[in-house]
Amino acid sequence: MVEHLVSLAIESIFINNILLAMFLGMCSFLGCAKNIKTAIGLGLAVIFVLTITTPANWAINHFFLQPGALAWMGFPEVDLSFLVFIVFIAVIASQVQLVEMLMEKFTPGLYTSLGIFLPLIAVNCAILGTSLFMNERAYNFPEALVFGFSSGIGWFLAIVAFSAVLQKLKYADLPKGLDGFAINMITTGLIAMAFMAFAGIKLTG
Amino acid sequence: MKLTKTKAYKTFMAPIKDANPISVAVLGICSALAVTTQVMPAIVMVLAMTFVLTFSNVSISLLRKIIPKNIRIIVELVVIASLVILADQFLKAFLFDVSKQLSVFVGLIITNCIIMGRAEAFALANGPWLSMWDGIGNGLGYGYILIVVAIFREFLGAGSLLGFKLIPQSFYDMGYQDMGIMLLAPGVFIVIGLLVWLENILKSKKA
Repeated sequence: MVEHLVSLAIESIFINNILLAMFLGMCSFLGCAKNIKTAIGLGLAVIFVLTITTPANWAINHFFLQPGALAWMGFPEVDLSFLVFIVFIAVIASQVQLVEMLMEKFTPGLYTSLGIFLPLIAVNCAILGTSLFMNERAYNFPEALVFGFSSGIGWFLAIVAFSAVLQKLKYADLPKGLDGFAINMITTGLIAMAFMAFAGIKLTG
Repeated sequence: MKLTKTKAYKTFMAPIKDANPISVAVLGICSALAVTTQVMPAIVMVLAMTFVLTFSNVSISLLRKIIPKNIRIIVELVVIASLVILADQFLKAFLFDVSKQLSVFVGLIITNCIIMGRAEAFALANGPWLSMWDGIGNGLGYGYILIVVAIFREFLGAGSLLGFKLIPQSFYDMGYQDMGIMLLAPGVFIVIGLLVWLENILKSKKA
């Protein structure tokens, strides 16, 4: 069981990296990588929110939305699975709000350092995407928890690596037209290629 | 008045010609990267996206005077999410194979920043007629990049288009090989990067 979870974690951090292999969360990845400090802050916020929302969405899906999930209420034939999108996004948006309020109250230091990034995360597709993948691959609860957390770590690694490359790239003499978006995409491609070298690592248990 | 002079036409053409949502405004890239390994899913994705974008623009524009300002994001999300559910159910019913291939990316239309962006930047300030054209225009501007990228990737990566083999067997016999990397993640980043470079060069020549 533990080996299986470790293997899942390694797979979602390195091999199926949520950003470099699944292309999720690109908008904020490209938008916020200019400064390495912001990149770290945003990455931490993503880890945090993913770790909470993925298990929460798992529970809601398991007890309310799945076909037959309402059996405990006495409606075994009800199937609400078509509501998945709207419920997941509502859960994510409200949890982000909740986390924001709690952090403002109890950890004001962390709150000010993450600043505007927390609300932005609500519409980051990495968060919704992780919940949807969790749903599609039919993970159980510990798997959902590990998957959420390690997807966050993967995203964090990718944005920090990219941000570090951008710092160096500032001094490069690029042809006109290639700078900006174009070179950012190509750089990301090269990072993705490096991550592909992890493919094939597997802990069998 | 000539067609090309009307406001609706200008609203429609702007995102296609100058303010392309992907290559200029850098929005909605996630799906552009993920669904472009083959041309067919890319086309279906574009249709679903254009549908959601057009109707969300129209409905938000109709509701713009009623929506209270401080909860508008939630209202917009609910409108968009309901439209995405419609599109998803439709695809599951009539195009099951493609819907399986697109997997979670239909659902991810909800968090596609183009839709939110157009709702915030255009539909909240303009009437439903113009918003409709803005939606269709942005959908197609998004679409043409997606389809061009998909054509490159399917042709170079699998030697086919829409599932038909285009590269004859004799080429393979002579030692030609498909570029496997085009179908994997790094390929698409590099293709989009090069396309944007090309577009920038063409634009600077014109100006």
